[in-house]
Amino acid sequence: MQHSPQLNANGELQHLLSIEGLPREVVLQILDTAESFAGVTEREVKKVPLLRGKSVFNLFFEPSTRTRTTFEIAAKRLSADVINLNIAVSSQSKGESLLDTVANLSAMQADIFIVRHASSGAPFLIARHVKPHEHVINAGDGRHAHPTQGLLDLFTIRHYKKDFTRLTVAVIGDVLHSRVARSLIHGLTTLGAPEVRVIAPQTLLPSGVEALGVRVFHDMRAGLKDCDVVVMLRLQNERMGGALLPSAQEYFKSYGLSAEKLRLARPDAIVMHPGPMNRGVEIDSTVADGPHSVILPQVTFGIAVRMAVMSIVAGN
Amino acid sequence: MKLPDAEKLCEQLAAELRPRIGPKSAMIGLYTGGAWLAERLHKMLDIESALGLMDIAFYRDDYHAQGLHHDPKRTKIPFDVNGRDLLLVDDVLYTGRTVRAAMNELFDYGRPASVSLVVLADRGGRELPICAQHCGARLEVPQGMRLRLTRADDGHLALALEPRRAA
Repeated sequence: MQHSPQLNANGELQHLLSIEGLPREVVLQILDTAESFAGVTEREVKKVPLLRGKSVFNLFFEPSTRTRTTFEIAAKRLSADVINLNIAVSSQSKGESLLDTVANLSAMQADIFIVRHASSGAPFLIARHVKPHEHVINAGDGRHAHPTQGLLDLFTIRHYKKDFTRLTVAVIGDVLHSRVARSLIHGLTTLGAPEVRVIAPQTLLPSGVEALGVRVFHDMRAGLKDCDVVVMLRLQNERMGGALLPSAQEYFKSYGLSAEKLRLARPDAIVMHPGPMNRGVEIDSTVADGPHSVILPQVTFGIAVRMAVMSIVAGN
Repeated sequence: MKLPDAEKLCEQLAAELRPRIGPKSAMIGLYTGGAWLAERLHKMLDIESALGLMDIAFYRDDYHAQGLHHDPKRTKIPFDVNGRDLLLVDDVLYTGRTVRAAMNELFDYGRPASVSLVVLADRGGRELPICAQHCGARLEVPQGMRLRLTRADDGHLALALEPRRAA
């Protein structure tokens, strides 16, 4: 077996680059550790001293509010110093290469790099070049992976449903462009979810998606039947009106989640969304704000999950 | 070496603690052995406030050398620690580092009126200025050995001696 670039020689998590290829025990270790951190985030003093004296660099080459902020909160709750780099207006626009940027930050004694990049594989490239005590966490690379989002989705599902081995999970919408979908699907199959469905028009599915171990549905009503977990994906506005899709209204009619369609799922189904939501495009407000929605708890759990990932990699 | 009977030490500790239990008393057990002992003492002493359980994984001083411990438990303190007379319970007192970590975590929950340390056994070897106010037994344990509390399926508590695992 090829050595995973995320694991050290002892099989411990050194960088978090993708859920794909992570051993089941490591995924469970992250979820269990996050469970303990969830307790810390409910206290009045929401801070532990684990990463005191460590520097965490938020390296976002693509805009993000939620992910960047929750990483920042997570790092601060671990007592790390957090430095946010606004790359769009910094060295890269002056022509500095990615690896030069990282080498400079490394010279400033960085310990953890949180990287979001439009190019798939950019965090892998960085991870191959950092010093042994430095750690890279992928906060979303191109269409490839968004492992902490996938992990917080898994954490949310486990929180509400306890056991993965009897679950039917549907991932609905723009799977083609979604790194969130890919990470979640890998996580679900790693933890033994027996049925993972993707529901989307053919134009929004990557070719050969079945190879990920999912059942494909083009009819949302058929796909939603008896689901325990419904994960809606954001439809990126920029995809609209082009060759892929006719219009937002058309899309909502076929693939938007309404209260009426949700009734086809199990009565205790949960509805998730990685955010930001397009109300009225992929999800109706009555569902987003309704009793099945766990969209805001996902955000809260995301902090504990990111605390777990940072404290595990920085300790290895 | 012959180890004392943990069940008898429990009885002895409960008898010693009983006159000290008041309306402000509360108890916190440290995972894993200390939690078992605390569950037992808490019941024997009829302490009114619910039992607290603490995992000090996020406060350990060997994190930078050892990394994060696998599967930390969630600390649960179901009462306001402010103004309480706290009994902090662990199975074995050795270097004192666990107790230091526990005190640091404890004060992130508030300011207790007092904290007393209760242990089943003190094996010496302290590396920090910490001592137990209530101690079941004092034992001489060779350095390469680990003394710990075990709990059988029927709840029976016993002390065990085993070779220390290589770090």
